[in-house]
Amino acid sequence: MRTEFKLRAKFRAFTDHAATAIAVLSTILVVTPLVVIFAYLLFRGFSSLNLAFFTKVPVPVGETGGGMANAILGSAVLLGLASAIGVPIGIGGGIYLAEFGRGTKLAYAIRFTADVLNGVPSIVMGLAAYSLVVVPQNHFSAFAGGIALGIMMIPTICRSTEEMLLMVPHAVREAALGLGVPNWRSVLSITVKTASPGIITGCMLAFARVAGETAPLLFTALGNQFWSTNLNEPIAALPLQIYVYALSPYDDWHRLAWAGALVLIVLIVLAVSLVRYVTSRGVLKGTS
Amino acid sequence: MEVNVPEIRISQPILPPESSLPPGKRAADASGAAPSAIRKFLLSRGNSAYTDLSFQYLMVLCAFSIFGIVVLIFVELIGRSRLAWDQFHFEFFYKIYTDATTNTVLFWDPANSHFSALPFIYGTLVSSFLALLLAVPLAIGVAVFLTEMCPGLLRGPLAFLTELLAAIPSIVYGLWAMFVLVPLLRVHVNPVLIASLGWTGLFSDDNPTGLGFVAAAIILAIMILPIISSLTREVMTAVPHSQREAVLALGATRWEMIRMGVLRNARIGIVGAIILGLGRALGETMAVTMVIGNSPEIHRSLLSNGSSMAAVIANEFNEATSDMHRSALIEIGLALFIVTVIVNALARLLVWAVTRGAPAQTH
Repeated sequence: MRTEFKLRAKFRAFTDHAATAIAVLSTILVVTPLVVIFAYLLFRGFSSLNLAFFTKVPVPVGETGGGMANAILGSAVLLGLASAIGVPIGIGGGIYLAEFGRGTKLAYAIRFTADVLNGVPSIVMGLAAYSLVVVPQNHFSAFAGGIALGIMMIPTICRSTEEMLLMVPHAVREAALGLGVPNWRSVLSITVKTASPGIITGCMLAFARVAGETAPLLFTALGNQFWSTNLNEPIAALPLQIYVYALSPYDDWHRLAWAGALVLIVLIVLAVSLVRYVTSRGVLKGTS
Repeated sequence: MEVNVPEIRISQPILPPESSLPPGKRAADASGAAPSAIRKFLLSRGNSAYTDLSFQYLMVLCAFSIFGIVVLIFVELIGRSRLAWDQFHFEFFYKIYTDATTNTVLFWDPANSHFSALPFIYGTLVSSFLALLLAVPLAIGVAVFLTEMCPGLLRGPLAFLTELLAAIPSIVYGLWAMFVLVPLLRVHVNPVLIASLGWTGLFSDDNPTGLGFVAAAIILAIMILPIISSLTREVMTAVPHSQREAVLALGATRWEMIRMGVLRNARIGIVGAIILGLGRALGETMAVTMVIGNSPEIHRSLLSNGSSMAAVIANEFNEATSDMHRSALIEIGLALFIVTVIVNALARLLVWAVTRGAPAQTH
């Protein structure tokens, strides 16, 4: 009986240690691809990153020395369009969920639908924007790309705004209302302003996510080899250009694709780290 | 029983009477020092009922835009895929054609208007489930480590690293997979797989490129790992401490405590996290397009080239020549949309059941 107990105890201790080892091993296995991808990206991308990358447009195939300036500008234009659509509507939706609809069934349905929309593949959004904008207009345009990216931002910003607004204590709202400030002014100037660091970081997170999206741009903005700021014409975008260059058979274009990927990832990592830093400081600190 | 509730309207603000202000302040006001913006606003305003109501309706409109997006996607996709639907109906998803000249099985032949989505459905399912097989044990292991076993100082950086995996855009994953992973598979991994597991019939050596379902599954697994692991961590921290302490009080080891106290209680949420990862894997486009080989055929070997629903749309849409081709691709997109909506809805319901409907993370 005692030996049975000792044997069983040894077995249980062994499984405990084995489980710990497996957990540690799986963590190492998970972190390794990240480190490997980053290292390889730095290695391949850094050597081809020079000033020409940021200032020159693509040159004809076979020549060297081109850059991706038009893609960086195009990405900025598309993201500006997407933010102009996504940020106001998303924040409005978040304000409704947190201020006016708290606890109602409608708010539950909207929150649920927003979460489901966050998981929809981005190529479907691109197809919807193609059908809505490109087909009636009969040409690809930056507008269509901006709309595709904008409707991707709305659910994300809506949910994060709601979470940030829920963190504002009731005392702040009640103090404003008690002084006679109308409800709409109190929501805008007091509550939203208090939560604004969190709301801005939520918008940055959506921004970072949408900045790397390629699929919705494949048949809305289409891509452009030349410098273009016309919103009614196809426009280049950094992830789109990376995709086209990666699939090509030219070494120089591969080099540019790696450099572009490095730029993209550095921007996104900066945005995510900034988001983490600001949210760790809390919602109510450092408000204006 | 009618209760007469007086209508509360925020009308003229109640300001303190002039006499109650200290003399110095009154003098300053009277001499024209600028009152604050809020004070000026309050002094000028009357009844704010209409503005309040219109503001509220504007916010409701913004919130309804979420429903509007879903309706928009449905309407547009159903409208544009009507052409293919009217021609093929449900056969679109399972028809098997035969090539007249070579007598081989054929699925997707736009030139002869043969459209069958079977290889893409097969490719999507195989790559996604293989990715789940690889990712779920690792993700749960990471979640268990970070929640229960990790020393406090290490937890923040490691959690940040795992979230960083989720932030990397899929084009970068595709780029790395195409230039690093595929050659690695081609030279080192695939021969080993063929030699050791070839007898199962799942690994044949007729595709020497390194592209295929295995490559797609590996890169998909790396991409869905952070989603499953972060949701599992959230669900595990939602389990109350009393459960853990009760199991420990009965004499359990740490692993037994995790298994019986935490994982058992959180298993519904963990299933939800896994289904959410599946939803992400089903819809992943760019990374899969670059490594899956893009061949609209069905082979038994996991090392063979294939295609997936999102990959075929990304590849063929811009080059589609006929309206029927485009309509068929949009119908595939519609099917993808419906499947991911169902999968995501199911997953969210399961996760919310454990975290009790609290607003979850945005991914």
